[in-house]
Amino acid sequence: MPDALLSLRGVKTNIGRYHILHGVEFDVPEGGLTMLLGRNGAGKTTTLRTIMGLWRAAAGEIRFDGRDITGLATPDIARLGIAYVPESMAIFGDLTVQENLILAARSGPFDPKRLDWIFSRFEALKRFWTLPAGHLSGGQKQMLAVARAIIEPRRLLLIDEPTKGLAPAIIANMIEAFRELKDGEATLLVVEQNFFFARALGDSVAVMDDGKVAHCGGMAAFAADTALQQHLLGLGMGEHQ
Amino acid sequence: MLRSLLSDDLPRSRWLSLALLAIVIGLAVAPFAFPGAKSLNVAAKICVFIVLAASFDLLLGYTGIVSFAHTMFFGIGAYGIAIALTRMGVKGPGGGWEAIAIGVAAALVVAVALAALIGLFSLRVRTIFFAMITLAVASAFAILASQLSDLTGGEDGLNYRLPAVLRPSFSLSDGTLFGASLNGRLLDYYLVYAVSLVLVLGLLRIVNSPFGSVLMAIRENPFRAEAIGYRTVVYRTLASCIAAAVAALAGALLALWSSQASPDTTLSFDIMVDILLMVVIGGMGTIYGAALGAVLLVFAQNYLQDLLAVLNKAMAGVPVLANLFHPDRWLLWLGVAFILCVYFFPTGIVGRLRQKR
Amino acid sequence: MKRDLLPWLLVPLVIVAALPLVGSAASWVTLTVAGLAMGLMVFIMASGLTLTFGLMDVLNFGHGAFIAVGAFVAASVMLAMGSWMSADSLALNLAAIVPAILAAMVVSGVLGFAFERVIVRPVYGQHLKQILVTTGGLIVAEQLIKVVWGPEQITLTRPEALRGAFLLGDIAIEKYRVLAVVVGLVVFAALALTLNRTRIGLLIRAGVENGEMVESLGYRIRRLFVGVFVVGSALAGLGGAMWGLYQETVTAGIGGQVIVLVFIVIIIGGLGSVGGCFVGALLVGLTQNYIGFLEPKVALGSNILLMALVLMWRPQGLYPVARR
Repeated sequence: MPDALLSLRGVKTNIGRYHILHGVEFDVPEGGLTMLLGRNGAGKTTTLRTIMGLWRAAAGEIRFDGRDITGLATPDIARLGIAYVPESMAIFGDLTVQENLILAARSGPFDPKRLDWIFSRFEALKRFWTLPAGHLSGGQKQMLAVARAIIEPRRLLLIDEPTKGLAPAIIANMIEAFRELKDGEATLLVVEQNFFFARALGDSVAVMDDGKVAHCGGMAAFAADTALQQHLLGLGMGEHQ
Repeated sequence: MLRSLLSDDLPRSRWLSLALLAIVIGLAVAPFAFPGAKSLNVAAKICVFIVLAASFDLLLGYTGIVSFAHTMFFGIGAYGIAIALTRMGVKGPGGGWEAIAIGVAAALVVAVALAALIGLFSLRVRTIFFAMITLAVASAFAILASQLSDLTGGEDGLNYRLPAVLRPSFSLSDGTLFGASLNGRLLDYYLVYAVSLVLVLGLLRIVNSPFGSVLMAIRENPFRAEAIGYRTVVYRTLASCIAAAVAALAGALLALWSSQASPDTTLSFDIMVDILLMVVIGGMGTIYGAALGAVLLVFAQNYLQDLLAVLNKAMAGVPVLANLFHPDRWLLWLGVAFILCVYFFPTGIVGRLRQKR
Repeated sequence: MKRDLLPWLLVPLVIVAALPLVGSAASWVTLTVAGLAMGLMVFIMASGLTLTFGLMDVLNFGHGAFIAVGAFVAASVMLAMGSWMSADSLALNLAAIVPAILAAMVVSGVLGFAFERVIVRPVYGQHLKQILVTTGGLIVAEQLIKVVWGPEQITLTRPEALRGAFLLGDIAIEKYRVLAVVVGLVVFAALALTLNRTRIGLLIRAGVENGEMVESLGYRIRRLFVGVFVVGSALAGLGGAMWGLYQETVTAGIGGQVIVLVFIVIIIGGLGSVGGCFVGALLVGLTQNYIGFLEPKVALGSNILLMALVLMWRPQGLYPVARR
């Protein structure tokens, strides 16, 4: 597939003695948003961490924009234009909201327009600009974690469960932000449990099962096929709502 | 018989078996094979340090925790005997043995209580924490021991009389055997030898028991062991108590041999370094390695100096190089060997020998 | 939603509480200055250690070697400039001391760089080996010091201008202690400014909290760590030089003696926290001096007691660093 921004071929990852990924293969097309779905423990988070170089792939190949990034160190992968929002959010609680974003803006001072756009989506960040991020609520921390990934333009965003534990109003804002990103500059790969969110945003989908990708395809077709959902996710995605 | 004595933990290497046999037999016949006060002293020291190093191996090798307070327990044992014998003397009806019994018992109680306290306090956190806290406690203890001079004799330590049968003046029979006089000193040596042997075999039993297996499971993966249902803190604290008790007994043996106890000979950080070197160079987690390491180190202390003196003379003209090989710098070379061991031979001499078979 | 200031309040609390115990105001002032001076010297030595631990989970048991080397290098330089040291002029005295201290910092820093490469790097993430190898490094370094400077202790006399005391009525304040307090505060201010106001500082603080995320943002944390390690070693050298001048003797064992205090301080402060290390150092210096005056025999035991009390209050130290 020539227009794949990211492609994984036969990626295997072991954590200690445990084999987590058994040959993951899928493509993330350039532009748009790919949902990475699957049951708990299927290997979604491990896949994101392996792409990011936080776990070392024991076998297989990861290509980003035509370039083999399998063996690269995490900072070098990040510098190619990949941003990562881990499930734990990993905000720096001792630093203020502002300082968190200063570090995320690698190339220098903030672009004021972009900052305004972020503030318009995540108003709380403006309000608590000089507060240590550790004092933010869970939802606000999630906003900050996402803001950190998008404070500067990045080509690929890896986002692990952005809506976990969020209030519906915040989710709506998050959806808007992601939509603007995917329609503009970025490609997104998002791990998600929330079907409403997944169906609203996803262009394509990869479903993992037991350390492998069991299904790849368009989101619309997958959302319509309840039998396949039942088979891969254990229950129809419709029931998630 | 032998198998059960060694708790089924055989040396599993011809060379290691030979070396161990040489140590056991060599120490057994030392008074006759190498007569003389100095060599007897070296032999007794080896016995004591084998016990001390083996008990440290229970912590370092089997439990995977580093304690810098091991000499503290060693010192507690030595001072237990020393203080009891100084205070109660050997004139009583028990001829000093009752003082020894009380001293050993008191030392064991203090050592185990202190080990339990430190363990419960700091073992729940992490290895590094435990190492730092033991270092701090041990150094405070050493200073305390030299400060409380009424009790401990301060920097000079205590000199006291041993029970009559352990003194050189006590004679088993006139005349000598293979050049060794059959006196109380000889009895004393065999007391040290026998108790040391029993203690080392006891440690072997412990590490090969189910308790020992749990310790090793915790060492390999504490989270997993905890998940299976073992209270890691309890097991590690128990191990640290046992090690402390055995170290205290080793200290008691030293006190019974040398009839003196001082901060330098029982509590100093130098001894702690010696024990570390013994266990790591000999081979962690094997008990046998502690024995080899102890022999090696005591020999090195006595003979590496001579070798260095030769090299030193040969380089007398070169300023810094000559200093590198100064006889007092033997610890430099053992330190380098220690670092290389940790990097390249984490299983030490015993591990190497076992690979060869 | 304010910062946790309780531990900071402990310092004035201890100082005030000591006044009625000590009794005489003059001795109280003298002891307080002595305690602050000692605490700040220990802080200088400990700050680098706590940061390297926070950043890379590396605890260097050989840190004492940098302290000792700093003390010896400074002593050598000052002895070589003996005439300036003994001159009755503050300018000449400083002209001897400043290069001596700079030399100590440079040599300790270079040594730290080498130590990190050779000793520490191969054992990342393996605590047991780390403790063993860095202890081995300490043994070797102590012996090498004896090779270079000889086994005897070096006696050092403080220069004219730093001897004696300022007299305010019946209160005597040793001049050198004042200097130590000033230098300590300058170092603390510099560190605090760097950590709070510069990008590197933010990165260090972020890295202490979550090194993986710092890497995911595109920063090479290894380089950061080497930098912190070298600066920490240089500061240890500075602390060692000052400690040597304070004691007026320098022995190869100096590192081993001081490292115990350093460990107590960083345990009290919370491993990885510079602020905690600062508060812990002041508490240790103050209590040791007060108790040394009130009950000299238990002075060193007092630190252990202090540590136990703090850990009972906050089991992870005064400022526990959130860990991944």
